[in-house]
Amino acid sequence: METIKEKRKKLTGSKAMIQALEQEMNRDSNIFIMGEDIGKYGGIFGSTTGLYDKFGSDRIMDTPISETGFIGASVGAAAEGLRPVVELMFADFHGVVMDQIYNHIAKIHYMSGGNVKLPIVLMTAVGGGYSDAAQHSQTLYASFGHLPGLKVVAPTFPHDIKGMLITAIRDDNPVIFMFHKTLQGLGWMDQIDASLGPVPEEAYTIPLDKANIVREGKDVTIVGVQMMTVEALKAAEKLAEQGIDAEVIDLRSIKPIDKETILTSIAKTNRLVVVDEDYYSYGITAEISAIVASEGFKDLKAPIVRLAIPDVPIPYSRVMEKFVIPNADNIIDSVKKLVKI
Amino acid sequence: MKHIYENHLLWVYRAMKTSRYFEEKMEKVYLEGKQPVFNIGAGPVPGEMHLSNGQEPAAASMIVHLTKNDTVTATHRPHHQAIAKGVDLKKMTAEIYGKKTGLGKGKGGHMHLFDPKVKFSCGGIVGGGIPHAVGAALANKKRGTDWVAVSFIGEGAANTGAFHESMNLAALWNLPFILVVENNSWGISVSMKNSTSVSSNDIRAKAYGINGYLVKDNDPLEMYRISKEAVERAREGKGPSIIEIETYRYLGHFQGDPELYRPKEEVPILREKDPIERLKNHLLRENIITDDKIKNLEDKIFNEVDNAYDFAIHSEYPEPEEALEDVFC
Repeated sequence: METIKEKRKKLTGSKAMIQALEQEMNRDSNIFIMGEDIGKYGGIFGSTTGLYDKFGSDRIMDTPISETGFIGASVGAAAEGLRPVVELMFADFHGVVMDQIYNHIAKIHYMSGGNVKLPIVLMTAVGGGYSDAAQHSQTLYASFGHLPGLKVVAPTFPHDIKGMLITAIRDDNPVIFMFHKTLQGLGWMDQIDASLGPVPEEAYTIPLDKANIVREGKDVTIVGVQMMTVEALKAAEKLAEQGIDAEVIDLRSIKPIDKETILTSIAKTNRLVVVDEDYYSYGITAEISAIVASEGFKDLKAPIVRLAIPDVPIPYSRVMEKFVIPNADNIIDSVKKLVKI
Repeated sequence: MKHIYENHLLWVYRAMKTSRYFEEKMEKVYLEGKQPVFNIGAGPVPGEMHLSNGQEPAAASMIVHLTKNDTVTATHRPHHQAIAKGVDLKKMTAEIYGKKTGLGKGKGGHMHLFDPKVKFSCGGIVGGGIPHAVGAALANKKRGTDWVAVSFIGEGAANTGAFHESMNLAALWNLPFILVVENNSWGISVSMKNSTSVSSNDIRAKAYGINGYLVKDNDPLEMYRISKEAVERAREGKGPSIIEIETYRYLGHFQGDPELYRPKEEVPILREKDPIERLKNHLLRENIITDDKIKNLEDKIFNEVDNAYDFAIHSEYPEPEEALEDVFC
């Protein structure tokens, strides 16, 4: 254990992704990456920086702006036995390629009675908070999580980013790997502490179906994903000063959802706040509330609180964007009301 | 060489005749339980049924040049390509009947046939399969093989974004890829003239800097010749091609289509030029086969198809709970 600890270096989310891709590509020559500006540029959000120089243009393939073309091509390449990793630059761009994602990538294994395996990883950048407005700021966790046949993960911390990306690449099913722009630790965005963290040098895996309790507590459970986990942890620190002990669960996996971790936590805390950087209706907050209402009703002592983007597109102007994306202050307010019930 | 050519033509005849007999039988079976009132969800073969009678040369005269290592992606009208590619006929028929023994254990149906053993797939989204074949061609090139990938589409799919994106990628990366456009003149009810800005889609090859070929009048011999050239070019690393074949659709877009959009006399005129009969006459005239031998061959075909139907009919349906399996591997 000590030796592993010594080897741990602090990496950003971006560097953790790159390390995962590099180690896996060294291990398996069937892995290659396709995407827009992933070559010399290194990925707009730093997911592939430096890989072009190491692996060359055959394995790090810049594509035209043809998402249907190259993400559709990943189907044929995967069916032939290769292991394509494709990058959809922004999750917001899913609209131009959704047919390939949900009618083909998600369904072919099922429609073929399990005879065709598609080991595809689709990496895509999500999240707002930097005034990129309605077409470049969405997370869309639920839009992808809604579709049968896709595993969907959204890790928060560099350690999980590396471990879950390696697991995703080794998985024989299609995996949507969502990485949050603010958690990449990029020099040209807000730099937050959570985007830097200890990452073991060697390759390791983290399951794609397990949430992680990132702070233990007894008074209330707060479930978050990516930046909402970060906000929940911030809120929990302040709540602790006021004598409220919050447990924070980092969901990590959108599909499948780790029901057990959530239900076990609520059996202890009896109170639930779910925070989501996606839209309110039909989203993660609704899904988790439904799970708890159906399977953990007896453990609830208060109504469930749902914090999410009200059902509006994400506005440009900073003041309005800050208003619609949930934050630590919203969480603190909700928890304080909730623990009085 | 002449020997190979003659054997190839016999192979093409066999593939076309198998498909035709299979589909004529399907046409009857499909109506079981759907008369006197047509109900798409009734009978032993429910759901949509798109038959390819008349379009056989597009598939057979191309696929004769392929091996099981070459990939084919097809459309919502996939039987003629599937049969030519050597898809397991029993499992394919069972799949169309929704049986447990089907290619997809009853989860796919007639528009979603997958047989990875012979690298065949098809799908119900117009244009959706083109990039899959481009990806297979990319894999072939990456691995240094001389295998090719062929995507069959209808002329309607040539107006999708997937067509343009795929052709650009295939040309840009110089992939061993061939697009076969089966132009049957009708995108459901809208004529080619009313849907497409060019008179034929081979012209569009120029836009990608690749070769385009037009096969006129559903001619199996010309389709054979052109396909041979395109496949050889692809195998030699000379890049992708588009082949458009003017073909015929004898039946409606799907069974139950009232076909109010086309003149009644169209189909009888097309049937008079039936490509299977034309090839049969050619084979007899050129002494490639005798009357007796062709009769024997046809008996074999009928027997094979009948056996596939028997297999499907006598297979078990899946347990309802099997619906929950195979989402993930």
